[in-house]
Amino acid sequence: MRANAAAQLLRCLEEEGVEVIFGYPGGAVLPIYDALVDAPIRHVLVRHEQGAVHAADGYARASGRVGVCLATSGPGATNLVTGLATAYMDSVPVVAITGQVARPLVGSDAFQEADVVGITRATTKHNYAVTRPAELPRVVHEAFHLARSGRPGPVLIDLPKDVTLADGPFPHPQAPPSRRGYRPRLEPDPAEVEAAAAALAGAQRPVVMVGGGIIHGGAAGELRRFLETTGFPAVSTLMGLGALPADDPRHLGLVGMHGTYAANRAVSQADLVLGLGLRFDDRVTGNASRFAPRARIVHVDIDPSEIGKNVRADVAVLGDLIRVLPRLLERLLAVWAASGRPDPAPWWEALRSWQAHQGWDLHTPMELGGEEGRPLRPQGVIQQVARVAGPEAIVATDVGQHQMWTALLFPFRRPRQLITSGGLGTMGYGLPAAIGAQMAEPERPVWLVTGDGSFQMNVQEMATAVNYGLPLRVVIVDNRSLGMVRQWQELFHQARYSAVMLEPLPDWVRLAEAYGWQGWKVERAAELEPALAALAEARGPALVDVVVDAQENVFPMVPAGAALDEVLLENPGGRSPRPAQASPRRAGVGQPAG
Amino acid sequence: MEFALAVRVENEPGVLARVASLVSRRGFNIESLAVGPTEDASVSRITLVCKGDERDRERLRRQLEKLVEVLEAWHVPGESSVRRELALVRVRADPGRRAELLQVAGIFRSRVVHVDRSALVLETTGDPEKIQAWLEVLRDFGIEEVARTGIVALDRERRAVPQAEFESREEAAF
Ligand SMILES: Cc1cc2nc3c(=O)[nH]c(=O)nc-3n(C[C@H](O)[C@H](O)[C@H](O)COP(=O)(O)OP(=O)(O)OC[C@H]3O[C@@H](n4cnc5c(N)ncnc54)[C@H](O)[C@@H]3O)c2cc1C
Ligand SMILES: Cc1ncc(C[n+]2csc(CCOP(=O)(O)OP(=O)(O)O)c2C)c(N)n1
Repeated sequence: MRANAAAQLLRCLEEEGVEVIFGYPGGAVLPIYDALVDAPIRHVLVRHEQGAVHAADGYARASGRVGVCLATSGPGATNLVTGLATAYMDSVPVVAITGQVARPLVGSDAFQEADVVGITRATTKHNYAVTRPAELPRVVHEAFHLARSGRPGPVLIDLPKDVTLADGPFPHPQAPPSRRGYRPRLEPDPAEVEAAAAALAGAQRPVVMVGGGIIHGGAAGELRRFLETTGFPAVSTLMGLGALPADDPRHLGLVGMHGTYAANRAVSQADLVLGLGLRFDDRVTGNASRFAPRARIVHVDIDPSEIGKNVRADVAVLGDLIRVLPRLLERLLAVWAASGRPDPAPWWEALRSWQAHQGWDLHTPMELGGEEGRPLRPQGVIQQVARVAGPEAIVATDVGQHQMWTALLFPFRRPRQLITSGGLGTMGYGLPAAIGAQMAEPERPVWLVTGDGSFQMNVQEMATAVNYGLPLRVVIVDNRSLGMVRQWQELFHQARYSAVMLEPLPDWVRLAEAYGWQGWKVERAAELEPALAALAEARGPALVDVVVDAQENVFPMVPAGAALDEVLLENPGGRSPRPAQASPRRAGVGQPAG
Repeated sequence: MEFALAVRVENEPGVLARVASLVSRRGFNIESLAVGPTEDASVSRITLVCKGDERDRERLRRQLEKLVEVLEAWHVPGESSVRRELALVRVRADPGRRAELLQVAGIFRSRVVHVDRSALVLETTGDPEKIQAWLEVLRDFGIEEVARTGIVALDRERRAVPQAEFESREEAAF
């Protein structure tokens, strides 16, 4: 057992409860890798540092614990940048440790020197350059605290090689860490709660927007109680999916650009919007100046800088949702008890009619195709995957059409079930994130729904999955193209296709075999079920390559810049989402359905 | 509209870079920036002047307060604060106009801090408008070089500190 700072670092990580590190070695971190030989912490050797940070992120999202990754200086560290930005956008607690050249060399363009603290300043919640070995324990302790408290996020620690080689003493940090400049407000101000309750109490057409903050804050139980008691309808952002079970009758589904007709209509017509832990992203609001034009907006968030950032907040409640929701409910019930509550029936009547207007939802069996020479249709395929994966599965996605179909058609039932890159929309996220999720939750099946474009962006991590015996179940929604970009070119660039066709593509089954995976290809409906069954049963990592219709587009869609009620429900010209055995819809082609 | 924010930060390496990069990342141009120590050795004070409306200002202020090393950021309104900037100017002082130049310097209460055959170095302190006016006048003599500190601002009266009330409600430990 060594007694240097590298060994101390690992002891500090243990104290923080770290069980696994995703990393990749190199010169500047050799002392840390040396210390790992004796440490009880498990190290997962990824095949690219981007894989390490996405895996740490997937680990964190699946478990709620801090994910940890490790990379060498220079190229190792710069390879983390996309993953840090991904975690930062989605408020994921990750601690990244990077090697740095020895202190005397800093600033000299030494071999594999990069200003990582400078480069990652805008993609981390905070970062540190450790310049004195004695401060290492305090820095590590504080880094974990920052990563997981308040609004979570990634924190980076840059460690010069000579620091990691230095000997102690290493004074034990004070617990809990205190930084006078960092004091997240958790407890809400009673006056703010009262104002929110007063606004809610009089609402005739309220709608609750469920955001990622409910999941970050572990407040799904409080949310359920709030909705059960109030009977308010709710919509979810992409990051909020799972906080409220998909089959909850009050849930109108995904809101925003690819949200359901009912969810977007509800927000557009509401007289009160209660936003719970969301940052009103432009993918959620559509044209922000025309967002919820008839509503007073009550915004609950832990981060003061989110209040009023993208949309006005008529009432703001600053605090941790797990504390805010019970208080808000209590005050709201008190106001109702005193002055009565408006009749919710007319609002629900309107909401139910909008649900019917779309003609399908995630419970409607969608057309599968794949018969008589017709191609498989991705919506039906995703539903089939959902059935086989079952309610226990964790589902990761990549970025693109397959991600949106998964969001729309997968019946998410619990927090941390969906692992997806929302804010940055990072292609290549899915496979390493699934690896991290499987490490965090070894008992749960982990499925990945990916695209033929995204999967190639971190395909090297197939080796990692084999290396650690992780039985990932991967479904490639194979449309031979960058489907989401192709969709935009079709709809908004007069079908002038430019750089979206991906052929030649690898033979996915042979690629699977080359990596030591199992693989099956599916082109027809009859092959799908047996292949998915084999996938579910596979002992190691495996994939199914499902060849689908390349012309398919994701609907509903609110074009960028339009208001939420200016929604396209189907293709102006081409194929449209169709329930199985239903006749094609006629209404609303290409025009605002509002 | 220009606005000034006062920012109290930890006196630690890298803090200025963090503040400056945050300001530009959030889409603001820095019109003026001044940094210096304070009554408390562990704290530095940054005075930041940017352009924007009230909403922009509050947006930037909250983003600044999010930084771990920022202890506090607040708006220093022009009406209720004192704003000063110091400028040093080397001005050509031809023998024929030297007397006139010294007279102008007197009007603006600038001090002569260096004299040589061909030029004077003048120092003046004032609000930004005064400095601007002063430079306009000097331009006529021939300005060789200007160095300005950037604006520092101080509230005329002690601020009611919302911080205290804020702190009592938030968690002592995590
Ligand atoms: C191709 C593509 C299409 C997309 N389309 C859509 C779409 O149609 N609809 C959609 O919704 N998204 C869509 N997205 C995702 C979108 O870009 C954003 O990532 C997403 O809307 C953000 O959701 P959020 O604000 O709820 O969550 P986050 O970004 O996770 O924000 C969480 C918020 O909660 C706050 N918070 C955190 N913890 C707490 C706590 N304990 N208490 C209180 N507050 C807390 C945070 O401060 C933050 O404001 C799409 C992404 C891609 C890649
Ligand atoms: C790293 C990265 N580069 C580019 C993009 C832009 N982009 C968004 S979706 C998309 C296409 C994704 O294609 P694929 O993974 O095959 O999924 P599909 O849309 O076909 O389901 C692209 C290129 C991105 N999101 N991420």
